[in-house]
Amino acid sequence: MIYFDNSATTKPFNEVLDSFIKVSSSYFGNPSSLHQVGGQAEKLLSQAHAQIAKILGVKTSEIVFTSGGTEGNNLAIKGIAMEHRGRGKHIITTEIEHDSVRNSVKQLEDLGFEVTYIPVTKDGRVNPADIERAIRHDTILVSVIHINNEVGSVQPIQEIGTLLKDFPKIYFHVDHVQGVGKLPIDFYRCGIDLCTISGHKFHGLKGTGALFVKDGVRISSLLSGGGQEGKRRNGTENVAGMVAMAKALRMSEDLRKQKFDRLREILGTIKAGLKQIPEATIHTPDNNEAPHILNFSLKGIKAEVFVHALEQEGIYVSTTSACSSKRNAPSKTLIAMGVPTDQAESAIRISLSYENTLQEAEQAVKAIQNSVKQLREVMK
Amino acid sequence: MMYDRILIRYGEISTKGRNRNKFIDKLRKSVRKAIEEFPNAVIQADRDRMYVLLNGEDGVQVCDRLKKVFGIQSFSPAIKVEKDIEKMKQAALALVSDLFSEGKTFKITGKRSDKSFELDTNEINHEFGGYLLNRITDLKVDVRNPDINLQIEVREEAAYLSAETIRGAAGLPVGSSGKAMLMLSGGIDSPVAGYLSMKRGVEVEAVHFASPPFTSERAKQKVIDLTQKLAEVSGQMVLHIIPFTEIQQTIHKQVPANYTMTTTRRLMLRITDRIREKNGGLAIITGESLGQVASQTLESMYAINEVTSTPILRPLITMDKTDIMDIAAKIDTLEISNLPYEDCCTVFVPSSPKTKPKLEKVQHFESYFDFEPLIEKAVNDTETIIVKPGMGQQLEEDLF
Repeated sequence: MIYFDNSATTKPFNEVLDSFIKVSSSYFGNPSSLHQVGGQAEKLLSQAHAQIAKILGVKTSEIVFTSGGTEGNNLAIKGIAMEHRGRGKHIITTEIEHDSVRNSVKQLEDLGFEVTYIPVTKDGRVNPADIERAIRHDTILVSVIHINNEVGSVQPIQEIGTLLKDFPKIYFHVDHVQGVGKLPIDFYRCGIDLCTISGHKFHGLKGTGALFVKDGVRISSLLSGGGQEGKRRNGTENVAGMVAMAKALRMSEDLRKQKFDRLREILGTIKAGLKQIPEATIHTPDNNEAPHILNFSLKGIKAEVFVHALEQEGIYVSTTSACSSKRNAPSKTLIAMGVPTDQAESAIRISLSYENTLQEAEQAVKAIQNSVKQLREVMK
Repeated sequence: MMYDRILIRYGEISTKGRNRNKFIDKLRKSVRKAIEEFPNAVIQADRDRMYVLLNGEDGVQVCDRLKKVFGIQSFSPAIKVEKDIEKMKQAALALVSDLFSEGKTFKITGKRSDKSFELDTNEINHEFGGYLLNRITDLKVDVRNPDINLQIEVREEAAYLSAETIRGAAGLPVGSSGKAMLMLSGGIDSPVAGYLSMKRGVEVEAVHFASPPFTSERAKQKVIDLTQKLAEVSGQMVLHIIPFTEIQQTIHKQVPANYTMTTTRRLMLRITDRIREKNGGLAIITGESLGQVASQTLESMYAINEVTSTPILRPLITMDKTDIMDIAAKIDTLEISNLPYEDCCTVFVPSSPKTKPKLEKVQHFESYFDFEPLIEKAVNDTETIIVKPGMGQQLEEDLF
């Protein structure tokens, strides 16, 4: 099996599963319980906080555990909106956000907030100057994705953060779900106030994630309850999941240090192979892109058909993002980049992890070329 | 980072005359402990300088560890080059090119202790400055406020190039001033008092009083966590945990409520003094700050201190709470201290303790009961742990 759908989810590392099982069976206590059993669970939880904070280069108190990317984005956006709505009701975001951001601000629009959606260039990037122009006196939040999950374009987070430093009352949220473990960012230097990561995108388990909330930034919680995670995320903590996520993050960072160049090389090989196919149009921008995401269309070949054709060869890719692929709608990111609708409807995404090899890439290129050849004959 | 070594400048120890070698040796040990995780790094110490040869270890991380070591005035990542102008130029070019990005300015600070070197200080600045300006386009000179300050130091054995001077933690190497016992409660002040003492070279052992079940396992863990933070400075720290329940209950029964605090403190001091004696300490450190609480008025200190003639060091005595909290935040103990577990001081605290206890009265109340056997027992039943950074923090190492 060649698994090239790592932006949808990754396979948990075996070591991560071991931790999860061990913690679930031996340290099952509720961290809020006063006795020893609870104490041990609490200790593990705080260790998981500390380890994740350390790897991300932030303070332990700034990490709030969540159930994943969707919750992190919802908590950041709605948490800021609800807490600070007295001061302003204007939010700025981009046209290429993940649905969890897009639909969070949509929901806020229904509640009387105003949202400005910043367009992107044909390279899939926002222009920081456009964000600056959109700022109003009642703007309370700017939310920008770091690496777009569909095409892999990287947004100028540091530039946006720098320009926002002149507007200390505006909070800056970054959806870092695709970036963590691939292109790390310095949260402090980029002026980030809130930042979302998700465990299962880096070989942790589904249902685990974290939101960075900078010291001093107040948010309302979405769920009311017993005051866990510094009153920001109520509900009994998923200790085993968080320990597993801490381990997954450590292992992913180790892999990044060893294998980052290899990852780019693998993506480059696939890209070069695709360029030889006349029907292929590559949508992922050519410079400054993410090292693990490649988006392309094959003229005249339906994406769904192609995904299944590759599946027969044991290769697993996806049509745009996994979350929206079942709806058969054109990719919003591609439309925002000005890609024609027919291409946006037939887009394929390959997304890698450090577990993939060069050999797999070469094998996949061959399979893609063969499939195109066969389908070309059928489709004509 | 293309540096191959880190040059360490001594702080006050350069002025310590005949004891200098002892101090340098202590510093070498502290540095060794601080960079234990980097087995390939080699330390070379001489009278004026110390070098950490990286041998492939991560320089950025080693620098990070060195920032916490007492006795270091400043340090600089550096490259060692043969005293050959051509080779030095090549190294200078490589180093500055590495640090340069558009718009950055530089200057050269030449220095030579080897007076036989063919160029003098001014000539070094001139020669190397010109060389770099010719080879890096857009590089500009700014002698007042440069982005890159390339230091070229020509010494007997070789030339050293560095571009950064990082401030060290200053103070004296840990252990160079003898040993003392720190009374560690779990609050904000005592870890800071311990830290400041270590900064002046004191080897600190912590003493903590636990009164289970009135105090929980978590309160004890909190103290272990604090000790662990302090141990990051010295590599390890001994922690003595004194079983105090029986004594506290006895005090509660024997002494009038408004004097229990004074007697409790006196007994803690007596026990700590025994532990000190057993372990070869020369002083006792407390986190007391004048007037902060009832036990820290001058009258209280007078009545409490009477039980021993051992020097009691009170590094925080004149400091305001906010200043103490600033230091606690800086050394990462504030967050741990703020955890809300009961400690032995808060559980038995009377509703109105005497802020001006009389020595004669407390002596009188204590005369009705012989505490000696209880003290003896507490000292003998003391649990002693050697706490190392990162240790015990992990219930099971491989979970993470």
